[in-house]
Amino acid sequence: MAETAAGALWYRRLVLALLLAPALLWLLALIVLPHFDLALLSFRARVAPREYVASLAQYRSFFGEPLYWHVFVRTALLSAFATALTLLVAFPIAWIIAKLARGRMSALLFVVCLIPFWVSETVRTLGWMILLRESGVLPALLVHLGITAQPVELLYHDATILVGLVYTSLLFMVVPLVGSLESLDNSLIEAAYDLGGKGWPILRTIVIPHAAPGITAGCIVVFMLTLGNYLTPTLLGGKNSLWFTEQIYAQFITRFNWEQGAAFGFLLLALSTAMVWLGLKASGQRFSDVMRRV
Amino acid sequence: MNSERAWRAFCAVLILALGAVWPAAADDSRVLRIITWASYVPSEVVAQFRKETGIEVQVTLSNNEEMISKLRATGGAGFDLAQPSQDRIFGAQQEFRIYKPIDTSRVRLDEFVPELVDAVRKNATVDGKLYGLPYVWGTEGLSYNSSRTKIADYTDLCRLELKGRTAVRLKRPTLMAFALASGHDPFALYHDTRAYTALMQQVGKTLAACKANFRFFYDNKDQLLNGVRSGEIWAAMMWDSGGWLLNRENPAIKFINPLSGAIAWMDTFALPARGRNDAAAYAWINFVMLPKVAALVGRSIGNFTASRGADKLMDPRIRAQFAETFPDGLKNIKWYPAIPAGLEEIEGEVLDRVKAAD
Repeated sequence: MAETAAGALWYRRLVLALLLAPALLWLLALIVLPHFDLALLSFRARVAPREYVASLAQYRSFFGEPLYWHVFVRTALLSAFATALTLLVAFPIAWIIAKLARGRMSALLFVVCLIPFWVSETVRTLGWMILLRESGVLPALLVHLGITAQPVELLYHDATILVGLVYTSLLFMVVPLVGSLESLDNSLIEAAYDLGGKGWPILRTIVIPHAAPGITAGCIVVFMLTLGNYLTPTLLGGKNSLWFTEQIYAQFITRFNWEQGAAFGFLLLALSTAMVWLGLKASGQRFSDVMRRV
Repeated sequence: MNSERAWRAFCAVLILALGAVWPAAADDSRVLRIITWASYVPSEVVAQFRKETGIEVQVTLSNNEEMISKLRATGGAGFDLAQPSQDRIFGAQQEFRIYKPIDTSRVRLDEFVPELVDAVRKNATVDGKLYGLPYVWGTEGLSYNSSRTKIADYTDLCRLELKGRTAVRLKRPTLMAFALASGHDPFALYHDTRAYTALMQQVGKTLAACKANFRFFYDNKDQLLNGVRSGEIWAAMMWDSGGWLLNRENPAIKFINPLSGAIAWMDTFALPARGRNDAAAYAWINFVMLPKVAALVGRSIGNFTASRGADKLMDPRIRAQFAETFPDGLKNIKWYPAIPAGLEEIEGEVLDRVKAAD
């Protein structure tokens, strides 16, 4: 009797292990091992053709070269700003989907948010370029309406990068927000109004605290996507993009300097980890609660 | 009993799944994988080659830096034929060992223009072995829209009235061009690291001060051609084939040999170190160097090939345009010497600064 029970337990463990195996293998082969290799790469330096020594030179050159950490800080700040903008734009949309729209209307609005993702990121970004370039649609419209005398170049500004980033990440903010707002009982808001509350205090003391895990989850996902985005800043920012992922690409591909690129990659990983940790601390959220909302 | 059946079903599913993801063993001898530049492998040539040899050609489009990086990542596997520029073979081979030597006995060398073979031999020989054969050559000079402006040398792109109306690549050819225009010969300093660094830093300052004039740094030919066609770009550094193409579309757009000299490039055939089908690669090289086929390639790219007999079959309009751009023939043209390993790092730092300039 005891033997069969032990057998069943062993069997259940085996099934669990087998079920987890593909995911774990995936993680190990495609995430852990390459990162291990990159870590080793980042701690060596080339001294002669095919001759390398262990060294901290790659990290030293990052801190010694103002250009690199300037771009690093710029990427972090712009990403944080883009995340805040996305939250501002997404919150009303999520509120309408979760609270105001009913049935099919709510589903329809959700689909409208989803439609841009039916085409690839490249096509979406090139679409923006067609709209915003000097000989493009929007500058021509501005001239036609008499707002500007000459077509103006709307590409290659920081604002253009931000527009692209917000557009790309909107859905990833809307989804967790809708989830957390739907679970908010309407009668709580009605009660607040009955007790004489006004719009802003209700939003601040009831809605936002309730939606906090959703907000944090959305912010984490959007921040990470933005920080690691390559295509949007490169194409829309043009000659002034200065995004850190571009530096990594340049080191790996055009400089053949994998060591420096690997070090940059780890610095970016450290940055996103630190920012997420700071965000969690500042909002008083726990990582496990937040991740359930994504 | 029940659990045993579930267990068996589970194993069966696992085996099936493994079978599905296992790469199907392809017949290597029927496939030739080429990594090359856009329009270097025209589809009609691919179709003819398949008809004559039964070999399927798979093309991956790329550029010099990506070719080297991709082959480096795999140790020279994944492709059977690569087409890097002749000056990019030596350093990459010395540093990463990504190519295997060419067996000239398997190539019909008499189909090639001998001077071009000699030029490649000079730059792409490592440890006494030859690693490249010439394919296509051309120049990089200046293009401008004569209804808007007129320029004569690279540094004219920085003239005040061209603010936001010019374009260059943020890559080494631009550094070379501006170094030449400043009256220095960067190629003579390739092996003098200190003098070369100083020259590059000086060129970097010129380019940084000129940044407001550049509308964008182009990454590919189409981006540049579209910029000129739409009227956003009035003057730019340009490949001859692109410049002549624009000139055929709109005679107001000129392609010129700059005062300090156009820079000549030559792209090659090189064999990746772990290519699986050398026989097909040699067959392809011999096939595309046939004068008739090379003429097709030349028309597709808009440049002259290294095939000796193809010159006469070249589009007469392109020959006329060549004569117009280079009235003195190849006299004032600078050829790239082989790049020593490590040079790109010096240039990279300079290019980074230009990118970061206001």
